[in-house]
Amino acid sequence: MTLLSVENLRVTFPSDHGPVEVVRGLSFTLGRERLGIVGESGSGKSMTGRAVMGLVAPPGRVTADRLEFEGRDLRSLPEREFRALRGPRMSMVLQDPRYSLNPVIRIGAQIEEALAVHGNLTAKDRRTRMLDALNAVRIDDPERVARLYPHEVSGGMGQRVMIAMMVVLEPALMIADEPTSALDVSVRGQVLDILDDLVKRRGMGLMLISHDLNMVARWCDRILVMYRGEVVEELGAGALHQAQHPYTRGLIASLPRLDETRDRLPVLDRSLL
Amino acid sequence: MLSFIIKRVGQSILVLLITGLVAFSMFTFVGDPIDNMLGQERTMEDVERLRQQLGLDQPFIVQYYRFLEQAVQGNFGVSYRQGRPVAEILLERAPATLELAAVSGIFAIVLGIALGVFTAIRRDGVAANLIMSASLIGVSLPTFLIGILLIYLFSVELGWLPSFGRGETVKIGGWSTGFLTESGLKALILPSITLGLYQMTLIMRLVRSEMLEVLRQDYIRFAKARGLSDRVINFRHALKNTMVPVITVIGLQLGSIIAFAIITETVFQWPGVGLLFINAIQFVDIPVMAAYLMLISVMFVGINLLVDILYAFIDPRLRVAA
Repeated sequence: MTLLSVENLRVTFPSDHGPVEVVRGLSFTLGRERLGIVGESGSGKSMTGRAVMGLVAPPGRVTADRLEFEGRDLRSLPEREFRALRGPRMSMVLQDPRYSLNPVIRIGAQIEEALAVHGNLTAKDRRTRMLDALNAVRIDDPERVARLYPHEVSGGMGQRVMIAMMVVLEPALMIADEPTSALDVSVRGQVLDILDDLVKRRGMGLMLISHDLNMVARWCDRILVMYRGEVVEELGAGALHQAQHPYTRGLIASLPRLDETRDRLPVLDRSLL
Repeated sequence: MLSFIIKRVGQSILVLLITGLVAFSMFTFVGDPIDNMLGQERTMEDVERLRQQLGLDQPFIVQYYRFLEQAVQGNFGVSYRQGRPVAEILLERAPATLELAAVSGIFAIVLGIALGVFTAIRRDGVAANLIMSASLIGVSLPTFLIGILLIYLFSVELGWLPSFGRGETVKIGGWSTGFLTESGLKALILPSITLGLYQMTLIMRLVRSEMLEVLRQDYIRFAKARGLSDRVINFRHALKNTMVPVITVIGLQLGSIIAFAIITETVFQWPGVGLLFINAIQFVDIPVMAAYLMLISVMFVGINLLVDILYAFIDPRLRVAA
């Protein structure tokens, strides 16, 4: 079943030299699967996520021929109704928990507040749901963690807390914008595991935005490779070696391998693009 | 937390000792009070007798120690001009200044924060831009001019509000209050606006810029991504994060509201400690000047101590660092 379908998505920002398109005619569909979006800085991958969430701040402008989520047209959706979708139906986690969690509000209260806005549960039910969500992201001692402030937990735990804040509302679509870039390699796997679990067990759709080609290739069902605001390549899982586009091939070639025999790693040659 | 408070209290005491030294050195270095107290026709005996009576013949250190000893007990000596204990005069005048400072402080904080948040949220709106331009007037016009303009408009031209004094006051214990009579309340309006306007615009501009900064943060974007309402985002998530620098400034400004009341009190002939101080300077009434200096520094130090402790309540990250 298709959760999200996007056709010819464009995000434009005004600049001193006229409007600049940061996303240039992107099209894709997403079902209950793991879709990876990879690309370098400035390739428009984060803007794609924000555009879907309706969070591109003015003066940025979003246009599309089609932008449908669960059969609803997001383009003409009034802000009020869009806000009702954000959280319960679609949600987003950001890169760095140190900046994405509010430093002056306790973790438990931050998780609960979304429930207070979007539902009419009693305080007791909200608390139960909050603790369940912390459990779901494998936090062993949810009672204690709920009382902590964000600066009192580690980066990995902070990222799990952020995922819990999203999970507590059980959205159908998750957008994870570089969810592991700020984490140690050792906790990366753990966070990915949790996301994986949510996709499989709760049937969520996941858009994983990353610049880590290898990780996305290993872990997602499908990959979109973005370059300069456009999709240059769409690949199935594990089909990374079949990449055709010179940009993707250049990126793959520049990755070191375990059995490396080259003296110098090749640099991406942009003149070919 | 406790050790932090103890450390800060220790620092505060040190600061007070130093200002005490400054206040006290005025006795030795600013003019000779004997000249003022005794007229032209005086004898050497009169001079010597008064010098001894006031303890001015003692060595500096002894005088300083005595001064501190007495000051701690709230005894600041006898006013050269009025011949009455300074503490008594100050206590009599303090309610007028404190009430004025309280009203203008509340005016500045409430309106400053409200307008700051408003202008930050509606940053491109017409009203917000008008307020921002108008706030430049508050920042740049000197206090006495604002006072005079207000008097001209509301007292002279419109005749709505009194131009000087406190109006009728009611005595409750040793405290004379203007809050309980209509004329007392009316009399408070113009001086409070005059005194609080600068602080109000300052707080407003600070809240606005801090708020704009905070609204750019990732946790605000994440809050939006979770579908929280604007009200929750602006007031729960953003405002609390803007408060640490704002409280610093508010703390410092509250002190200066009391200290700068001098000008407002002069313009409006407000019978508070500021006016007392101005009169004391004209007469080189050093005990009053010294006591005033001490009083102001105690207030500044006290307020700053309070502010530091407040930080920890607002921002949990500082509790650990402390």
